[in-house]
Amino acid sequence: MSETTHIQLDNLQVIYKKPDALTDTPMRYCPGCTHGIAHRLVAEVIDELGIKHRTITIASVGCSVYAYEYFDTDAIQAAHGRAPAVATGIKRVRPDNIVFTYQGDGDLAAIGLAEVLHAASRAENITVIFINNAVFGMTQGQMAPTTLLGQKTTTTPTGRSVERGGHPINICEMMTCIPGVAYLARETMAAPKYVNRAKRSIKRAFEAQIRGLGFSLVELVSSCPTWWGLRPLEALKHIEEKMLPQYPLKVFVDKVSGAGEGGEGNA
Amino acid sequence: MSKRVLLRGNEATAEGAIAAGCRFFFGYPITPQNKIPEYMAQHLPEVGGVYLQAESELAAINMVYGAAAAGARVMTSSSSPGISLMQEGLSYIVGAEVPCVVVNMVRGGPGLGNIGPAQSDYWLATRGAGHGDGRCLTYAPYSVQELYDWVGKAFEIAERYRAPVMILADAILAQMMEPCRLRPRAEPPPLDKPWTIGGDSSTRHRNIINSLYVDHDEMEEVNRRIQARYQQAMRDDLYYVESGADDPEILVVAYGISARVCETAVERANQAGVRCRLLRPISLFPFPSARLAEWAAQVRRILVVELSMGQFVEDVRLAVEGRCPVELLNRTGGNVVTPEDVTTKLLDMAAERPGRNE
Amino acid sequence: MAIVIIDQDRCKGCGLCVAFCPKDNLQIGDQLNTAGLKPAVVKSQENCTGCKICALMCPEACIEIYRETAEVVAGE
Repeated sequence: MSETTHIQLDNLQVIYKKPDALTDTPMRYCPGCTHGIAHRLVAEVIDELGIKHRTITIASVGCSVYAYEYFDTDAIQAAHGRAPAVATGIKRVRPDNIVFTYQGDGDLAAIGLAEVLHAASRAENITVIFINNAVFGMTQGQMAPTTLLGQKTTTTPTGRSVERGGHPINICEMMTCIPGVAYLARETMAAPKYVNRAKRSIKRAFEAQIRGLGFSLVELVSSCPTWWGLRPLEALKHIEEKMLPQYPLKVFVDKVSGAGEGGEGNA
Repeated sequence: MSKRVLLRGNEATAEGAIAAGCRFFFGYPITPQNKIPEYMAQHLPEVGGVYLQAESELAAINMVYGAAAAGARVMTSSSSPGISLMQEGLSYIVGAEVPCVVVNMVRGGPGLGNIGPAQSDYWLATRGAGHGDGRCLTYAPYSVQELYDWVGKAFEIAERYRAPVMILADAILAQMMEPCRLRPRAEPPPLDKPWTIGGDSSTRHRNIINSLYVDHDEMEEVNRRIQARYQQAMRDDLYYVESGADDPEILVVAYGISARVCETAVERANQAGVRCRLLRPISLFPFPSARLAEWAAQVRRILVVELSMGQFVEDVRLAVEGRCPVELLNRTGGNVVTPEDVTTKLLDMAAERPGRNE
Repeated sequence: MAIVIIDQDRCKGCGLCVAFCPKDNLQIGDQLNTAGLKPAVVKSQENCTGCKICALMCPEACIEIYRETAEVVAGE
């Protein structure tokens, strides 16, 4: 039993602690779910950019439906798939506020595909955080548009097949050709090196909005230990081995650092 | 200085909204309401407003939801099929308790239907607002001037009850031209309210606009709060107009374009010695049940005239509760009841006489 | 030398910090927390370099890290 240590903290330098933009509400995600890391990165970016008091969180419907309880900002709960439309309405009324949606793959790539594509084509000055974990989590493991071919889910019990389930949708590749997009990148949290890159992309996306350059989206390839049937660490390995080949990491559009197509830091 | 101009119903509705301080409109093309978004696209920028054409009515109502949550006086308009697409969004707007105005220029249905006039969205309007116990407070103008006036009142009512308000009209009212007295355009009210999101949240607690209540008691409490507002609207925002004989044997009940037709018929029937009176609800929800019950105890018969297979008539029957017979004279599919139809019906009803003691 | 504090009630024992700590200085404890899960604990504060990788990988944001002069009061 490790020794109970009482530590005087007052004269210590804080190297890391929970970001201010996260509330104290414990997150309800399954142990090891990378949603939590994504929340933490977005909150750290909000802190570093000093925009918490003018940020508006738009929660979608899925595992992250409680996002408005976790981000310490003004917030609104959108209907499944409609967050980009809600964000559009808000941003048009409050252009000085920083508006971001936090959506899963069912929310964004299935029911809400029209909304996100049109928000991008309108060059709406909003930021979309897109969590791609290749499954419907909240509703217990059904196939999502990003489910991998052959992947077993509760609605593809023998593995996703093209005949019955179609092909996985690569959102970033699809959105690269939309002129209204100012920042577009796919990142992951599968290991520390990726987490640092993911945070830089999230920050760039928010900067694109702050500078009014247009629509920004960061796709975060994420894990779902529960519905992949894997332990947290195995799920991160699964991302590297199985998800990244289908969803390669790349900065597709970067008008923020003026680097144009590709930017630096490709996988 | 108010000036009188010749306007189509659609344009009067749009101008009425701008005059009432509406500065945000999210819509989508669908006949017969197209002149509303077109008017907004042209005139909202003149007053620093925002017009946006969404990718669907479904997206449009969700933009309205966001704009309303941010504190704006915001509106959308559509026609029947588009209003069907807006139901989920309206349910969220009811559940999140934010105000907005939705205009439905009803057309022939169901399905693709046609672009003829109809009143076959009565249930969708008064029982609508999608899933759950929510409803839309619904007001039915019957002239171009009333469209102009009532869309403005609708914003006040919406904000009074933090609820969606529907203006219900049809293809005729939308596209017919009549003189309309305009008022100067008012400034929009301030965006910030105690509950709105947006602006600077550092000097206040953060606001959350939400309709997710996992706790059942909380969800029930929200429903009680919403229903209590409807009861208050029943007291404070119930509107109807009556005309015709003071001691009628037949009460005619109709709203919107049907009431225009009935005004002529009631006049003719009275001239022919059949004492008739027209009761025209402007508020469809809240519904003038008490007034109808009073009349039901005095008249021999009630005739309901509407352009549907019989939706509005059910609310009349509910209010009358069998005190006297309630008959329906109706057309649908884009067809319109004519003054002659109604006059003939009134004379026939009078000729049959017995009515009450059948 | 750095101080790592893991909030025992927020930690769900997912083990990611344990797996990625370059010094292998973390482990899943054997005490149940209020959620009935076994949170991660620090093996020994002396070995910690303050590299923050544990906090980087923590999905619960329940790891705090401190450095510099620390009056360490050994408890019971």
